[in-house]
Amino acid sequence: MIESFFELFLSRYNYWMAIILMLIGLYALIAKQNLVKKIIGLNIFQTAIYLFYISFAEVRGGTAPIYTAEGVHALYVNPLPHVLILTAIVVGVSVTAVALSLIVRIYEEYGVLDEDELMQAVRGR
Amino acid sequence: MTLADQLPVLLIAISILASLLILATGWYDRRFCYPIALITILSQFLASIVILLQVLDGGTIRYYLGNWSPPLGIELVIDSFNGFILVAILLLAAATIIYARRSVEKEITPEKIVSFYVLFQLLVTGLVGMTITGDLFNLYVFLEISSIAAYTLIASSRRSHSYVAGFNYLILGSIAAGFILLGIGNLYVTTGTLNMAELAAMLPASYHLATVHSAFLFLIIGFSIKVAFFPLHLWLPDAYTESPSAVTVLISTVMAKVSVYALFRILFTVFTTAYIIDSFPVTGFILLMATVAIIAGAVLAIAQEDLKRMLAYSSISQIGYIMFALGVTNEIALEGGILHILGHAVMKGCLFMVAGVIIYRMGTSRLSDMKGLSKTMPISCAAFALAGASMIGIPPTIGFMSKYYLVLGAFEAGLWPYAVVLLIGSLLAAIYIWRFIEIAYFGDPHGGHGGDHHGHATEREAPLSMLAPMVGLALLCLIFGIFVEVLMQAVAPAALLLLGGA
Repeated sequence: MIESFFELFLSRYNYWMAIILMLIGLYALIAKQNLVKKIIGLNIFQTAIYLFYISFAEVRGGTAPIYTAEGVHALYVNPLPHVLILTAIVVGVSVTAVALSLIVRIYEEYGVLDEDELMQAVRGR
Repeated sequence: MTLADQLPVLLIAISILASLLILATGWYDRRFCYPIALITILSQFLASIVILLQVLDGGTIRYYLGNWSPPLGIELVIDSFNGFILVAILLLAAATIIYARRSVEKEITPEKIVSFYVLFQLLVTGLVGMTITGDLFNLYVFLEISSIAAYTLIASSRRSHSYVAGFNYLILGSIAAGFILLGIGNLYVTTGTLNMAELAAMLPASYHLATVHSAFLFLIIGFSIKVAFFPLHLWLPDAYTESPSAVTVLISTVMAKVSVYALFRILFTVFTTAYIIDSFPVTGFILLMATVAIIAGAVLAIAQEDLKRMLAYSSISQIGYIMFALGVTNEIALEGGILHILGHAVMKGCLFMVAGVIIYRMGTSRLSDMKGLSKTMPISCAAFALAGASMIGIPPTIGFMSKYYLVLGAFEAGLWPYAVVLLIGSLLAAIYIWRFIEIAYFGDPHGGHGGDHHGHATEREAPLSMLAPMVGLALLCLIFGIFVEVLMQAVAPAALLLLGGA
């Protein structure tokens, strides 16, 4: 029972790692009080998703998907997930930029970065 | 190739170009921004009507971007369902942009006006793209374009609390987008395609796989956050209340409806009814949550002291009605649901416009400050009463027609206890709409506070450019309700299409 579970973990460890990272990110997003730490959590969460995409695209022994003229059927890695993740990384960077600039504005306005203190400051106005 | 064939891609391309043009001319002179945005959105609206007529006439339009046919290329697909949604959202966007000019002058600092219109145009771009794309990853990209624009727009108000509202929405919206991305990844692992039509054809062979189940759950939870379906609605009240009035109108009507559309599209086109009823029975749970949403949203709305916040909670309740159609999953209920997507957008747009006009003239949205408002702003209050009647579901408004179809659908499915919930929801809506009517029409403006309102001289009717779209939408509530047969020509094939018939 335990052995089979261990084998399941080892044979798919890339997915497990993505899941563990994702949960760490979600935990930071929800449980951390500091707004900047929340954004770090968001980045870990997004990176886990990128890793998930990249690892399922991996083909053992595969090469770069370059067209070979001689008609050789090379084993190549599917490039589409990489392209998708390039887009997702751009999106992730933009979201982070917007989030950080909002945090700067919040700090200028209320002088706090802690969520509980921020809620008190908001109610106090 | 005539111009009419290229309309689907022009809808998106012109919109993106316009946002850049607004930015460029905004550096030169701020006054150019508004006309460019106005002309773009009005021409998009006209184009969407042409497209809908083409679709109703000649069937689904498939446009291959760059002439690359799928699965290699990305396609834009417009059928009777999203053609209808497209016209609905661009109608609301056009009304909002007309309304926005004066409201923005008042509520946004002058140096931010250029970026406001750029983001407004980008938000419309993203939402139009989400509506007409036939590719799942493309949907995600457009979703993020619209989301990032929305986070920033919400935080653009002069009130400092709007930063916090924008930040909270950003956190929840990013979690939702992450879930959607994971769901798309799982579907890609299973089938090796991202095209929606192809996914629908290839998925039935793998309906038993855990990968498909988890993809489905990730997608449905992600989009439920985006539409603010009841237990996942926490970002909505703050975001609607704190953002500038024009933004509230846009996100409460256009953005909310496009998210609902995307959820319908995923559930019915990508996963089909065979999956959501037989392989992974989820409709019963959605129905249950929808009834909870209808009641809870309405009860919370009654408890609010702020007009915009009250309307925001009412939105949560009304989203419940649309999800109710999804839960019943028969033709009549879906017709009601699709009709309610348009109906709710029109009436909620009008109600939020009235709230914005009151903020424009009085600088407050507290209900207790609005005593006797009907004497100074009679037209606005009348528009509120008409749209409010539609919200309650009084015949012959559009709100009555959509709820009528929903109740009929529930009866046909033998779910009469749920039909009763719809009626209770209407009763609760009557209570919160009546609170405003009572205060505005029968409240004594000089009673209570002993005449401490020094701003009475400025309380008069709103400027024409704000009044016209508001009254127009209020009248549309009535016109759509009376001439519902015209709408049904588009809605009936759309409902059939969702259920898998042609």
